[in-house]
Amino acid sequence: MTANTESVVVERDYPHAPEKLWRALTQPHLIEEWLMKNDFVPEVGHGFKLRGDWGGVLDCKVLTLEPERTLAYSWDFDSEDPAYALKSVVTFTLTPTDGGVHLRMEQAGFRPEQKQASGGARFGWSKFLDNLDQLLTQEG
Amino acid sequence: MTPADPDLLFRTLGDPTRRALFERLCREGEQTVGALTARAGVSQPAVSKHLGVLRQAGLVSDRHEGRQTHYAARPGALSALTDWTRDMTDFWEARLDGLGDLLNRMDQ
Repeated sequence: MTANTESVVVERDYPHAPEKLWRALTQPHLIEEWLMKNDFVPEVGHGFKLRGDWGGVLDCKVLTLEPERTLAYSWDFDSEDPAYALKSVVTFTLTPTDGGVHLRMEQAGFRPEQKQASGGARFGWSKFLDNLDQLLTQEG
Repeated sequence: MTPADPDLLFRTLGDPTRRALFERLCREGEQTVGALTARAGVSQPAVSKHLGVLRQAGLVSDRHEGRQTHYAARPGALSALTDWTRDMTDFWEARLDGLGDLLNRMDQ
């Protein structure tokens, strides 16, 4: 492992056209169906919120937008309490395949150098993820 | 302090010199303070102090042999970090499954 940045990578192959996956990633009513309520707009620099049913709000901003290829946005959990603050970047990369499209999701940004945030990020995330687990269970 | 305290773990690894010492012990195995100092870029007392902090956080163990103290990385010390990564992976696995379901429904 590298000590500088901790990333989470999840990959999937979908038997669908890249164009269709792109719509699911960038249209607010579709994003809501698989991720969270949001006010996403496909424009670089656009700030938006992701709102979980548990009341948590993520501060996001579109960083990269290459239609049907790459989408990246910041994924921050803002808190006055540094123990709960989080800053990360989520990047979706689409690659066409014979039968459809390959999706790679990387969430990066846990940096030990950020003493304030990193010391508490684990706690912030455990709390946050407990809520998410509940949410997922409720959704079935 | 408990070895499993993630706050302490992350605070301890937040220092680049300490992190470099820990990385060397992971990659190269058990070493004496003298051997670590030779390539640490800081004084031996500073290295000893950093090793003490790493030991308190449960990241390294020490073994005394004659006048030498040997330090080694502790297996499993990074479990809080890997737990975090696993939690996040589980979250995204579930979300991307949901995305697949949505894509199927978009066909209809």
